[in-house]
Amino acid sequence: MSATDLGSAALTTGSGPRGRRGAETDPRSWLGRAFIAVVLTFFALFFAVPILWLLNATAKSPRDLLTTAPFAPGTFGDLAANWDALVSFQDGIVFQWLGNAGLYSGVALVLTLVTSIPAGYAMALGTFRGRKVLLTTTLVVMLIPNTALVLPIFLELSALQLVGTAASVILPFSFFPFGVYLTYIYFSSSIPADLLAAARIDGCGEMAVFTRIALPLAKPVVALVGFFSFVANWNNYFLPFLVAPGPKAPIQVGLAEMLANVPQFNPTAAGVTTIELPVLALATVLSVAPVLLIFLFSQRFLVAGMTAGGTKE
Amino acid sequence: MATAQQSGAAPVPGAASLRAPGTRTARHGSIERSRGRMSYLFVSGYTVLLFTFGLAPTLYAAYLSLTKEGQFVGFDNFVQVIQDFRFGPAVLHVALFVLFWLAGLVLFVVVLSLLVHGLASRGLSTGLRFVYYIPGALAGASSVMLWLFVLDPTVSPVSWVLHAMGMQTFVQTVSPANLPVIFAIIAFWTGAGGWIVVLYGALNNVPGEVMEAAKIDGAGRLRTALSIQLPMMRKWISYMAVMSLAAGTQLFVEPRILSQASKGVVPVDYSLNQLAYLYAFKQTDHNGSAAIAILLLVVSLGLSMFFVIKGGLFERD
Repeated sequence: MSATDLGSAALTTGSGPRGRRGAETDPRSWLGRAFIAVVLTFFALFFAVPILWLLNATAKSPRDLLTTAPFAPGTFGDLAANWDALVSFQDGIVFQWLGNAGLYSGVALVLTLVTSIPAGYAMALGTFRGRKVLLTTTLVVMLIPNTALVLPIFLELSALQLVGTAASVILPFSFFPFGVYLTYIYFSSSIPADLLAAARIDGCGEMAVFTRIALPLAKPVVALVGFFSFVANWNNYFLPFLVAPGPKAPIQVGLAEMLANVPQFNPTAAGVTTIELPVLALATVLSVAPVLLIFLFSQRFLVAGMTAGGTKE
Repeated sequence: MATAQQSGAAPVPGAASLRAPGTRTARHGSIERSRGRMSYLFVSGYTVLLFTFGLAPTLYAAYLSLTKEGQFVGFDNFVQVIQDFRFGPAVLHVALFVLFWLAGLVLFVVVLSLLVHGLASRGLSTGLRFVYYIPGALAGASSVMLWLFVLDPTVSPVSWVLHAMGMQTFVQTVSPANLPVIFAIIAFWTGAGGWIVVLYGALNNVPGEVMEAAKIDGAGRLRTALSIQLPMMRKWISYMAVMSLAAGTQLFVEPRILSQASKGVVPVDYSLNQLAYLYAFKQTDHNGSAAIAILLLVVSLGLSMFFVIKGGLFERD
């Protein structure tokens, strides 16, 4: 979508079906539409240009990056060269970082689903003492930014001498009250209790009611919780930065470590292995690739998650 | 509470309190009893995690913040960190950043969602929302890394803008006076799109008849936005503001990486979380670190509880 398409389309808003059909010749309304087009285009560029530039930068040589125009297209040859440089950096440690990130977010994803889906289900459809307390606590904790608990969790793990283990990243990652809340909302609004009651009358045990009736109906929310959990954990920097340094680091932490080897940003690092800017750009793209791919197909998910509970049918 | 502090034992009090009511329902039918028991089984895994990584660390940090070498010292740790010469500036930095960020976020997100919602072309509207929210995929270190490039006049795609503002080098761009705005821009770039999508959804809930009626009554676009659409979005705007305020106080990864990239032009103790980090790692003063963490946690917890109780956004039960 080019900027001009965008501008001209925005200009024709008046004639659409939702109609705000002011006189096309009225100079005031024309000015208004021009203003709208300018604002929308400016922000589209603001959001898109850095990403497009970054993608292009991965295919430039370090020299070209400094000397050619910002959007002069790169070449496949330079992309290949940057890839080789990245792969050879500390014997391909970037793959280890990516692997760590995959391991941490992957195992945490499974643990999150295994703990939060049944919990949300029981909180929505079960009756037990402590349910209300558990629900309120979940809400409160869910609204706390997860970074607020990072230092306390670090201090706790450090007292237990667990810092530096894979579990010290995975287990905190698996604690995902937001997922429990999403599941709770889903089961309390989308699954008729009668359906479960009918299954019980037919002699289904409680476990069977959950696994055979409720769980198959819950596929959308399982996907939703999985999406948010994976994205949040893959992108998490603060916690693994504290508890999983060095070779155990996931890619987000590794990426920052890489920065220490970029001569432009750290002249003292003129050691054996240096990282050129385009290689750092490539590493950045690689570090977000999985999440970016998920994002390309998941705007629906994002809205459903962020607005959950806010709109009552 | 006392047992939960030894965090290894955290799961135990949870399990114990959960088992008690099972005996109470014993008189009811066997189905009821098995339902109750299964509910406990279903919430058990999550409850253990909630204790171990929610309540226990909070209580342990609170305990650390009130003690020194195991001795109860009242608020000494708090007094010490607040009197630390780095504390005041860090509060100021974070406050300035949050101020710029919140103002920009609320203003631009509201305006953009109104404008995008007003577009007649459905395809264009969807496409724009997509472009706006895609940067959300780049969080944490990745987005800061990307902005290192954008802020470096020698390689930046917008180097002409930086040059026009008189910046020739990366270090000039990230001079301390510019930082609150820079952090606000980075945070806005990453997060605004998601909120635009959310507010757009809220605008879709404004009934068509209401908008139609306003038009018949001669309300212009601006008037409709101010009198009808804004009040309908208010709940979501305040949700966004509260969430962003809580998250903003936690500033860490942005100054941390910029500090590394600017060879210390951006100080290592720019934000409160960085200071807490320094206490824990450089001064090995876990008590002081815990005190800062508790101060930050109290702010977040206060905002969160205020919202759960007063917000009405999450009423369902």
